[in-house]
Amino acid sequence: MKPADFEFISQLINKRSGLVLTEDKAYLLESRLMPVARKRGMKGLEDLISTIRTSQEESLLCEVTEAMTTNESFFFRDLKPFDTFRDVILPDLLASRAANKSFRIWCAASSSGQEPYSLAMVMKEQAAKLTGWSHEIIATDISTKMLAKAEKGIYSQFEVQRGLPIQMLLKYFKKANDAWQIDPSLRDMVTYKEFNLLNDPTALGAFDVVFCRNVLIYFDQPTKTRILDWISRMIPADGRLFLGGAETVLGITDKFKPVPGQRGVYCLAEAVPAAAAPAAATNVGASAS
Amino acid sequence: MKYCLIVDDSKVIRMVARKILEELEFETDEAADGKLALAGCQRKMPDVILLDWNMPVMDGIDFLRELRNLPGGDTPKVIFCTTENDIESIQKAIDAGANEYIMKPFDSEIIQAKFAQVGLL
Repeated sequence: MKPADFEFISQLINKRSGLVLTEDKAYLLESRLMPVARKRGMKGLEDLISTIRTSQEESLLCEVTEAMTTNESFFFRDLKPFDTFRDVILPDLLASRAANKSFRIWCAASSSGQEPYSLAMVMKEQAAKLTGWSHEIIATDISTKMLAKAEKGIYSQFEVQRGLPIQMLLKYFKKANDAWQIDPSLRDMVTYKEFNLLNDPTALGAFDVVFCRNVLIYFDQPTKTRILDWISRMIPADGRLFLGGAETVLGITDKFKPVPGQRGVYCLAEAVPAAAAPAAATNVGASAS
Repeated sequence: MKYCLIVDDSKVIRMVARKILEELEFETDEAADGKLALAGCQRKMPDVILLDWNMPVMDGIDFLRELRNLPGGDTPKVIFCTTENDIESIQKAIDAGANEYIMKPFDSEIIQAKFAQVGLL
Protein backbone atom coordinates (compact mmCIF):
# COMPACT_ATOMS: atom_id res chain seq x y z
CA MET A 1 0.00 0.00 0.00
CA LYS A 2 1.30 3.46 -0.87
CA PRO A 3 2.24 5.56 2.17
CA ALA A 4 -0.19 8.28 1.05
CA ASP A 5 -3.03 5.74 0.86
CA PHE A 6 -2.20 4.39 4.31
CA GLU A 7 -2.14 7.91 5.70
CA PHE A 8 -5.47 8.75 4.07
CA ILE A 9 -7.33 5.63 5.18
CA SER A 10 -5.90 5.57 8.72
CA GLN A 11 -6.86 9.23 9.22
CA LEU A 12 -10.33 8.59 7.88
CA ILE A 13 -10.84 5.65 10.26
CA ASN A 14 -9.40 7.62 13.17
CA LYS A 15 -11.73 10.53 12.51
CA ARG A 16 -14.80 8.32 12.32
CA SER A 17 -14.09 5.79 15.08
CA GLY A 18 -11.13 7.02 17.11
CA LEU A 19 -9.23 3.86 16.18
CA VAL A 20 -5.51 4.49 16.02
CA LEU A 21 -3.80 2.61 13.20
CA THR A 22 -0.03 2.66 13.24
CA GLU A 23 2.00 1.49 10.25
CA ASP A 24 2.75 -1.86 11.89
CA LYS A 25 -1.01 -2.53 11.67
CA ALA A 26 -1.08 -2.13 7.88
CA TYR A 27 -1.74 -5.85 7.63
CA LEU A 28 -5.07 -5.23 9.42
CA LEU A 29 -6.11 -2.88 6.66
CA GLU A 30 -5.33 -5.53 4.07
CA SER A 31 -7.10 -8.38 5.84
CA ARG A 32 -10.19 -6.45 6.88
CA LEU A 33 -10.74 -4.18 3.89
CA MET A 34 -10.09 -6.71 1.13
CA PRO A 35 -13.48 -8.40 1.77
CA VAL A 36 -15.16 -4.95 1.47
CA ALA A 37 -13.35 -4.32 -1.82
CA ARG A 38 -14.25 -7.76 -3.19
CA LYS A 39 -17.89 -7.42 -2.13
CA ARG A 40 -18.08 -4.26 -4.23
CA GLY A 41 -16.42 -5.90 -7.23
CA MET A 42 -13.17 -3.98 -6.86
CA LYS A 43 -9.76 -5.41 -7.67
CA GLY A 44 -8.03 -4.42 -4.47
CA LEU A 45 -7.36 -1.82 -1.81
CA GLU A 46 -6.08 0.76 -4.27
CA ASP A 47 -9.44 0.69 -6.05
CA LEU A 48 -11.28 0.87 -2.77
CA ILE A 49 -9.28 3.82 -1.47
CA SER A 50 -9.57 5.64 -4.77
CA THR A 51 -13.37 5.16 -4.71
CA ILE A 52 -13.53 6.49 -1.15
CA ARG A 53 -11.46 9.53 -2.14
CA THR A 54 -13.66 10.41 -5.09
CA SER A 55 -17.15 9.41 -3.95
CA GLN A 56 -17.12 9.92 -0.14
CA GLU A 57 -20.18 7.62 -0.23
CA GLU A 58 -21.51 7.42 3.32
CA SER A 59 -22.52 3.73 3.17
CA LEU A 60 -19.03 2.81 1.96
CA LEU A 61 -17.42 4.91 4.69
CA CYS A 62 -19.59 3.15 7.29
CA GLU A 63 -18.73 -0.25 5.89
CA VAL A 64 -15.01 0.50 5.95
CA THR A 65 -15.19 1.84 9.52
CA GLU A 66 -17.17 -1.18 10.71
CA ALA A 67 -14.76 -3.58 9.03
CA MET A 68 -11.85 -1.99 10.87
CA THR A 69 -13.36 -1.98 14.35
CA THR A 70 -12.63 -5.02 16.46
CA ASN A 71 -15.74 -6.91 17.43
CA GLU A 72 -14.31 -9.76 19.39
CA SER A 73 -16.51 -10.56 22.33
CA PHE A 74 -17.57 -13.54 24.35
CA PHE A 75 -19.87 -14.38 27.18
CA PHE A 76 -18.57 -13.75 30.72
CA ARG A 77 -15.29 -12.48 29.29
CA ASP A 78 -12.56 -12.73 31.94
CA LEU A 79 -15.15 -14.15 34.41
CA LYS A 80 -13.91 -12.07 37.36
CA PRO A 81 -15.72 -8.80 36.49
CA PHE A 82 -19.03 -10.67 36.44
CA ASP A 83 -18.27 -12.34 39.77
CA THR A 84 -17.44 -8.90 41.18
CA PHE A 85 -20.66 -7.49 39.77
CA ARG A 86 -22.70 -10.34 41.28
CA ASP A 87 -20.93 -10.53 44.64
CA VAL A 88 -20.06 -6.88 45.36
CA ILE A 89 -21.60 -4.31 43.03
CA LEU A 90 -25.13 -5.71 42.84
CA PRO A 91 -25.51 -6.20 46.62
CA ASP A 92 -24.21 -2.63 47.11
CA LEU A 93 -26.75 -1.32 44.60
CA LEU A 94 -29.56 -3.22 46.30
CA ALA A 95 -28.61 -1.63 49.61
CA SER A 96 -27.90 1.91 48.43
CA ARG A 97 -30.81 2.20 45.97
CA ALA A 98 -33.37 0.57 48.26
CA ALA A 99 -35.37 3.79 48.50
CA ASN A 100 -36.17 4.18 44.79
CA LYS A 101 -35.44 0.57 43.76
CA SER A 102 -33.88 1.36 40.44
CA PHE A 103 -30.51 1.38 38.76
CA ARG A 104 -29.04 1.69 35.28
CA ILE A 105 -26.06 0.02 33.64
CA TRP A 106 -24.26 1.11 30.48
CA CYS A 107 -22.28 -1.31 28.35
CA ALA A 108 -20.22 0.98 26.12
CA ALA A 109 -18.97 -0.79 22.97
CA SER A 110 -21.16 -3.83 23.49
CA SER A 111 -20.23 -5.42 20.14
CA SER A 112 -22.47 -8.42 19.42
CA GLY A 113 -24.14 -8.34 22.83
CA GLN A 114 -22.32 -10.97 24.87
CA GLU A 115 -21.40 -8.56 27.67
CA PRO A 116 -24.87 -7.06 28.28
CA TYR A 117 -26.46 -10.50 28.02
CA SER A 118 -23.93 -11.89 30.51
CA LEU A 119 -24.97 -9.13 32.93
CA ALA A 120 -28.62 -9.87 32.20
CA MET A 121 -27.99 -13.53 33.08
CA VAL A 122 -26.29 -12.56 36.34
CA MET A 123 -29.28 -10.38 37.21
CA LYS A 124 -31.75 -13.06 36.17
CA GLU A 125 -30.02 -15.48 38.54
CA GLN A 126 -30.67 -12.92 41.30
CA ALA A 127 -34.29 -12.40 40.22
CA ALA A 128 -35.72 -13.00 43.69
CA LYS A 129 -33.67 -10.13 45.11
CA LEU A 130 -34.66 -7.86 42.23
CA THR A 131 -38.41 -8.33 42.55
CA GLY A 132 -40.04 -4.91 42.53
CA TRP A 133 -36.93 -3.23 41.13
CA SER A 134 -36.64 -1.46 37.83
CA HIS A 135 -33.34 -1.81 36.10
CA GLU A 136 -32.04 -1.02 32.68
CA ILE A 137 -29.05 -2.17 30.68
CA ILE A 138 -28.21 0.23 27.86
CA ALA A 139 -25.80 -1.33 25.36
CA THR A 140 -24.19 0.85 22.71
CA ASP A 141 -21.87 0.24 19.80
CA ILE A 142 -20.64 2.10 16.75
CA SER A 143 -21.41 -0.84 14.47
CA THR A 144 -25.00 -1.15 13.26
CA LYS A 145 -24.14 -4.64 12.04
CA MET A 146 -23.07 -5.72 15.54
CA LEU A 147 -26.12 -4.06 17.11
CA ALA A 148 -28.42 -5.91 14.72
CA LYS A 149 -26.75 -9.20 15.66
CA ALA A 150 -27.00 -8.38 19.36
CA GLU A 151 -30.67 -7.51 19.08
CA LYS A 152 -31.41 -10.79 17.35
CA GLY A 153 -29.58 -12.61 20.12
CA ILE A 154 -28.60 -15.49 17.85
CA TYR A 155 -25.15 -16.97 18.35
CA SER A 156 -23.20 -19.71 16.63
CA GLN A 157 -22.23 -22.93 18.36
CA PHE A 158 -18.68 -21.59 18.53
CA GLU A 159 -19.78 -18.33 20.18
CA VAL A 160 -21.89 -19.97 22.89
CA GLN A 161 -18.99 -22.17 23.88
CA ARG A 162 -16.61 -19.30 24.59
CA GLY A 163 -17.27 -18.41 28.19
CA LEU A 164 -20.88 -19.45 28.61
CA PRO A 165 -21.33 -22.18 31.25
CA ILE A 166 -23.33 -25.11 29.90
CA GLN A 167 -26.00 -24.70 32.60
CA MET A 168 -26.56 -21.12 31.40
CA LEU A 169 -26.85 -22.32 27.81
CA LEU A 170 -29.50 -24.82 28.82
CA LYS A 171 -31.36 -22.30 30.92
CA TYR A 172 -31.31 -19.21 28.72
CA PHE A 173 -30.96 -20.35 25.11
CA LYS A 174 -32.89 -22.47 22.70
CA LYS A 175 -31.60 -24.20 19.62
CA ALA A 176 -32.41 -22.40 16.37
CA ASN A 177 -31.25 -24.69 13.55
CA ASP A 178 -27.46 -24.76 13.89
CA ALA A 179 -27.37 -21.71 16.14
CA TRP A 180 -28.59 -20.74 19.61
CA GLN A 181 -31.11 -18.02 20.39
CA ILE A 182 -31.19 -16.16 23.67
CA ASP A 183 -34.38 -16.20 25.71
CA PRO A 184 -36.67 -13.22 24.96
CA SER A 185 -36.83 -12.36 28.67
CA LEU A 186 -33.07 -11.64 28.60
CA ARG A 187 -33.29 -9.82 25.30
CA ASP A 188 -35.96 -7.56 26.80
CA MET A 189 -33.62 -6.57 29.63
CA VAL A 190 -31.19 -4.89 27.21
CA THR A 191 -31.78 -1.76 25.12
CA TYR A 192 -29.40 -1.39 22.18
CA LYS A 193 -28.46 1.98 20.75
CA GLU A 194 -26.04 3.09 18.06
CA PHE A 195 -23.43 5.32 19.62
CA ASN A 196 -19.93 6.45 18.72
CA LEU A 197 -17.70 6.85 21.78
CA LEU A 198 -16.06 9.86 20.13
CA ASN A 199 -19.28 11.78 20.82
CA ASP A 200 -20.47 13.21 24.13
CA PRO A 201 -22.49 10.40 25.75
CA THR A 202 -24.10 12.43 28.52
CA ALA A 203 -27.42 12.50 26.63
CA LEU A 204 -27.68 8.76 27.38
CA GLY A 205 -28.48 9.76 30.96
CA ALA A 206 -27.01 8.82 34.33
CA PHE A 207 -25.67 5.35 35.07
CA ASP A 208 -24.87 3.61 38.32
CA VAL A 209 -22.43 1.20 36.67
CA VAL A 210 -20.53 1.58 33.40
CA PHE A 211 -18.80 -1.28 31.60
CA CYS A 212 -16.26 0.17 29.16
CA ARG A 213 -14.05 -2.85 28.73
CA ASN A 214 -11.46 -3.60 26.08
CA VAL A 215 -12.27 -0.60 23.93
CA LEU A 216 -10.10 2.24 25.27
CA ILE A 217 -7.02 0.29 24.20
CA TYR A 218 -7.83 1.18 20.59
CA PHE A 219 -7.88 4.96 21.20
CA ASP A 220 -5.12 7.52 21.54
CA GLN A 221 -4.51 9.10 24.92
CA PRO A 222 -6.49 12.37 24.46
CA THR A 223 -9.51 10.34 23.31
CA LYS A 224 -9.22 7.99 26.30
CA THR A 225 -9.06 11.01 28.62
CA ARG A 226 -12.07 12.63 27.00
CA ILE A 227 -14.19 9.45 27.22
CA LEU A 228 -13.29 8.84 30.87
CA ASP A 229 -14.00 12.47 31.75
CA TRP A 230 -17.42 12.19 30.12
CA ILE A 231 -18.18 8.99 32.02
CA SER A 232 -17.13 10.66 35.27
CA ARG A 233 -19.95 13.15 34.73
CA MET A 234 -22.52 10.41 34.13
CA ILE A 235 -22.15 8.41 37.31
CA PRO A 236 -23.09 9.27 40.90
CA ALA A 237 -20.55 9.57 43.70
CA ASP A 238 -20.79 5.84 44.46
CA GLY A 239 -20.96 4.77 40.79
CA ARG A 240 -18.59 2.18 39.41
CA LEU A 241 -16.63 1.88 36.17
CA PHE A 242 -15.35 -1.44 34.82
CA LEU A 243 -12.37 -1.36 32.45
CA GLY A 244 -10.65 -4.26 30.65
CA GLY A 245 -7.78 -6.17 32.22
CA ALA A 246 -5.20 -4.41 30.02
CA GLU A 247 -6.65 -0.94 30.63
CA THR A 248 -6.02 1.62 33.35
CA VAL A 249 -6.87 5.18 34.32
CA LEU A 250 -3.37 5.89 35.58
CA GLY A 251 -1.77 8.66 33.56
CA ILE A 252 -4.97 9.14 31.58
CA THR A 253 -7.39 10.83 33.93
CA ASP A 254 -7.49 11.96 37.53
CA LYS A 255 -11.27 11.65 37.63
CA PHE A 256 -11.16 7.94 38.53
CA LYS A 257 -9.16 5.80 40.90
CA PRO A 258 -8.97 2.00 41.25
CA VAL A 259 -11.22 0.38 43.86
CA PRO A 260 -8.88 -1.50 46.20
CA GLY A 261 -9.26 -5.28 46.00
CA GLN A 262 -11.47 -5.14 42.90
CA ARG A 263 -9.30 -5.54 39.82
CA GLY A 264 -10.58 -3.58 36.83
CA VAL A 265 -13.13 -1.63 38.90
CA TYR A 266 -12.84 2.14 39.32
CA CYS A 267 -14.70 4.78 41.31
CA LEU A 268 -14.69 8.56 41.16
CA ALA A 269 -11.50 10.00 42.61
CA GLU A 270 -13.48 12.69 44.38
CA ALA A 271 -17.15 12.61 45.15
CA VAL A 272 -18.81 15.21 42.98
CA PRO A 273 -21.67 17.40 44.21
CA ALA A 274 -25.06 15.72 43.81
CA ALA A 275 -26.28 18.42 41.42
CA ALA A 276 -23.43 17.69 39.02
CA ALA A 277 -23.98 13.94 39.03
CA PRO A 278 -27.62 13.08 38.38
CA ALA A 279 -28.63 10.21 40.62
CA ALA A 280 -30.23 7.03 39.38
CA ALA A 281 -33.57 8.51 40.44
CA THR A 282 -33.43 10.64 37.30
CA ASN A 283 -33.40 7.53 35.11
CA VAL A 284 -34.53 7.95 31.58
CA GLY A 285 -37.04 5.27 30.68
CA ALA A 286 -36.03 2.75 33.32
CA SER A 287 -37.80 -0.49 32.60
CA ALA A 288 -39.32 -2.92 35.02
CA SER A 289 -38.37 -6.52 34.45
CA MET B 1 0.53 -30.73 37.04
CA LYS B 2 -3.12 -31.67 36.54
CA TYR B 3 -3.86 -35.00 34.89
CA CYS B 4 -6.40 -35.25 32.06
CA LEU B 5 -7.68 -38.48 30.51
CA ILE B 6 -8.80 -38.02 26.91
CA VAL B 7 -11.45 -40.56 25.93
CA ASP B 8 -12.36 -40.71 22.25
CA ASP B 9 -12.43 -43.46 19.64
CA SER B 10 -10.89 -41.11 17.07
CA LYS B 11 -7.12 -41.14 17.15
CA VAL B 12 -7.05 -37.76 15.40
CA ILE B 13 -9.33 -36.13 18.00
CA ARG B 14 -7.21 -37.60 20.81
CA MET B 15 -4.07 -36.26 19.19
CA VAL B 16 -5.51 -32.74 18.69
CA ALA B 17 -6.90 -32.59 22.23
CA ARG B 18 -3.63 -33.88 23.64
CA LYS B 19 -1.64 -31.21 21.84
CA ILE B 20 -3.95 -28.43 23.14
CA LEU B 21 -3.96 -29.76 26.69
CA GLU B 22 -0.22 -30.28 26.84
CA GLU B 23 0.22 -26.66 25.77
CA LEU B 24 -1.99 -25.79 28.73
CA GLU B 25 0.43 -27.80 30.87
CA PHE B 26 -1.76 -30.82 31.57
CA GLU B 27 -0.36 -34.30 31.93
CA THR B 28 -2.44 -36.43 29.56
CA ASP B 29 -3.32 -40.01 28.80
CA GLU B 30 -5.68 -41.50 26.24
CA ALA B 31 -8.35 -44.18 26.04
CA ALA B 32 -10.25 -45.28 22.93
CA ASP B 33 -13.49 -46.34 24.63
CA GLY B 34 -15.36 -46.20 27.94
CA LYS B 35 -14.17 -49.59 29.17
CA LEU B 36 -10.50 -48.75 28.64
CA ALA B 37 -11.13 -45.39 30.30
CA LEU B 38 -12.65 -47.06 33.38
CA ALA B 39 -9.59 -49.29 33.67
CA GLY B 40 -7.41 -46.18 33.38
CA CYS B 41 -9.37 -44.42 36.13
CA GLN B 42 -8.97 -47.42 38.43
CA ARG B 43 -5.21 -47.25 37.94
CA LYS B 44 -5.01 -43.49 38.44
CA MET B 45 -7.97 -41.20 38.98
CA PRO B 46 -7.69 -38.15 36.66
CA ASP B 47 -8.37 -34.55 37.70
CA VAL B 48 -10.40 -34.09 34.54
CA ILE B 49 -11.78 -36.30 31.77
CA LEU B 50 -12.48 -35.08 28.24
CA LEU B 51 -15.15 -37.54 27.14
CA ASP B 52 -16.61 -38.48 23.78
CA TRP B 53 -20.18 -39.79 23.65
CA ASN B 54 -20.38 -42.29 20.80
CA MET B 55 -17.71 -44.96 21.14
CA PRO B 56 -17.59 -48.73 20.63
CA VAL B 57 -17.60 -51.20 23.58
CA MET B 58 -18.80 -48.62 26.14
CA ASP B 59 -20.16 -45.17 25.30
CA GLY B 60 -19.52 -41.95 27.20
CA ILE B 61 -22.79 -41.91 29.16
CA ASP B 62 -22.38 -45.51 30.42
CA PHE B 63 -18.76 -44.76 31.30
CA LEU B 64 -19.75 -41.65 33.25
CA ARG B 65 -22.44 -43.46 35.24
CA GLU B 66 -19.99 -46.25 36.15
CA LEU B 67 -17.23 -43.75 36.93
CA ARG B 68 -19.41 -41.86 39.41
CA ASN B 69 -20.00 -45.17 41.28
CA LEU B 70 -16.28 -45.95 41.60
CA PRO B 71 -14.45 -45.09 44.85
CA GLY B 72 -13.15 -41.54 44.24
CA GLY B 73 -15.11 -41.43 40.97
CA ASP B 74 -16.98 -38.35 42.05
CA THR B 75 -13.83 -36.21 42.06
CA PRO B 76 -12.81 -35.87 38.38
CA LYS B 77 -14.36 -33.03 36.44
CA VAL B 78 -15.96 -34.52 33.34
CA ILE B 79 -16.25 -32.47 30.18
CA PHE B 80 -18.20 -34.11 27.39
CA CYS B 81 -16.81 -33.48 23.93
CA THR B 82 -19.19 -34.75 21.32
CA THR B 83 -21.08 -34.16 18.09
CA GLU B 84 -24.36 -34.63 20.02
CA ASN B 85 -25.46 -31.00 20.13
CA ASP B 86 -29.16 -31.03 20.95
CA ILE B 87 -30.59 -29.79 24.24
CA GLU B 88 -31.86 -33.25 25.27
CA SER B 89 -28.38 -34.79 24.93
CA ILE B 90 -26.75 -31.97 26.88
CA GLN B 91 -29.33 -32.35 29.65
CA LYS B 92 -28.81 -36.13 29.68
CA ALA B 93 -25.06 -35.67 30.08
CA ILE B 94 -25.50 -33.15 32.92
CA ASP B 95 -27.97 -35.49 34.64
CA ALA B 96 -25.43 -38.31 34.37
CA GLY B 97 -22.86 -36.17 36.19
CA ALA B 98 -21.02 -34.18 33.52
CA ASN B 99 -19.59 -30.84 34.66
CA GLU B 100 -19.27 -29.18 31.26
CA TYR B 101 -20.05 -29.90 27.64
CA ILE B 102 -18.23 -29.19 24.40
CA MET B 103 -20.00 -29.50 21.08
CA LYS B 104 -17.62 -30.59 18.32
CA PRO B 105 -15.90 -29.17 16.41
CA PHE B 106 -13.78 -27.52 19.04
CA ASP B 107 -10.61 -25.42 19.10
CA SER B 108 -8.08 -24.47 21.73
CA GLU B 109 -10.13 -21.42 22.83
CA ILE B 110 -13.16 -23.56 23.58
CA ILE B 111 -11.09 -26.17 25.44
CA GLN B 112 -9.44 -23.39 27.43
CA ALA B 113 -12.79 -21.71 28.24
CA LYS B 114 -14.41 -24.95 29.37
CA PHE B 115 -11.46 -26.04 31.49
CA ALA B 116 -11.52 -22.58 33.10
CA GLN B 117 -15.20 -22.98 33.83
CA VAL B 118 -14.63 -26.17 35.80
CA GLY B 119 -11.88 -24.39 37.74
CA LEU B 120 -8.89 -26.13 36.22
CA LEU B 121 -7.32 -23.08 34.57
